Amino acid sequence: MRPLITWKYASPQHFYPLAGKLIPWFVALTLIFGAWGLWLGLLVAPTDAQQGEGYRIIFVHVAASWMSMFLYVVMAFWAGVGLGFNTRLSSMMASAIAPTGAMFAFLSLWTGALWGKPMWGTWWVWDARLTSELILFFLYLGFIALQAAIDDPRRADKAGAILALVGVINVPIIYFSVMWWNTLHQGASVSLTKAPSMARTMLLGMLLVALCFWMYSIVMTLLRVRAIMLERERHTEWVANLKEVRP
Amino acid sequence: MIYWNSVGEFFAMGGYGFYVWGSFGACAAALIVEPLLLAKRRSEVLRSLQRELSIKDDLQ
Repeated sequence: MRPLITWKYASPQHFYPLAGKLIPWFVALTLIFGAWGLWLGLLVAPTDAQQGEGYRIIFVHVAASWMSMFLYVVMAFWAGVGLGFNTRLSSMMASAIAPTGAMFAFLSLWTGALWGKPMWGTWWVWDARLTSELILFFLYLGFIALQAAIDDPRRADKAGAILALVGVINVPIIYFSVMWWNTLHQGASVSLTKAPSMARTMLLGMLLVALCFWMYSIVMTLLRVRAIMLERERHTEWVANLKEVRP
Repeated sequence: MIYWNSVGEFFAMGGYGFYVWGSFGACAAALIVEPLLLAKRRSEVLRSLQRELSIKDDLQ
C-alpha cells in the first residue's frame, strides 16, 4: 500500500524538479489574480466618500502588509521544523522566503507612508502599528544578515531559526496593535466576525491583489529555493547529473 | 463599468496621483526586479557548476 503522505519531496533531490514543474502554474495564477485585482481596484471600484481617490493605495497596502506577516509565520514554521527535525529542505525554505517577506514589509511601510502623508499629514508616526511593522522588517533583515554572517550553512540555519522563532511574537502584536493601543492607524479592513464595511467591488479587488501577492510569493520562494539547492548541494551526484548542469 | 471618464482623470487620481502611483509603481518595480535578480542568481550558479564539472572531466 502506498503511504498517504509521501516524504519523498522532503529531499532536495526530488523537490527540485517538482518545484520546477509547479512554477509556471503559479506564474499563471499570479498574472490572472493580478490583472483581475488591478482592473477592479484601479478602473472599476468607485471612489471613497472620505478619502477620495487616495484610498486606492489600500489595494496594494493591505495585500503587502498581510503577506509580510503571513510570510514571516511560514518562514518561522519552516525554520522551526528545520531546527527540530534537522531536515535540510525546511531550512532552505525558510532562507528562500526571507527576502520576499522583507520586500513586502518594505512595501507595506512605503505604501503606508505614501498613504499617511495625504490623509494624516505625516509620512511616519511612532505608533504601535507602524513601529511593530518596522520591527518586522528589521527581523527579516536580521535573519538574512545573521545567516549571511555564518559560513557553515547548518549552523547558519540553526542561528537563523532561533531568531525567526523568537520574532514570531511580533506578528500578533502587529495584528492586534490597532485594538490594544490608541493609534493613528485605522482598524482592521477585513474582519472575519463582522459584516464587511467596504463596498463589494473594493473588497473583492483587495482580496484578488492579496491572492496575486500570495501566488507571486510562492513563485519567488520556489525560484529561490531551487537556486539555494544548487548552491548548497553543488558537490552531490544529483546536481551533477541535472540536464541543465550537464547537457 | 469603468469608473473614469478620461485617461487624464485616471492618471490624476483626483489630485492623489503622486501618492497612488508612487505606491503602485514601487510595488510593480519590486515585483519585476525580484524575479530578474533570481534569474541572474540561477544562471550564475549554473555557470559555475558547469565550469567546475568541466574541470573535473578534464582531470579524469
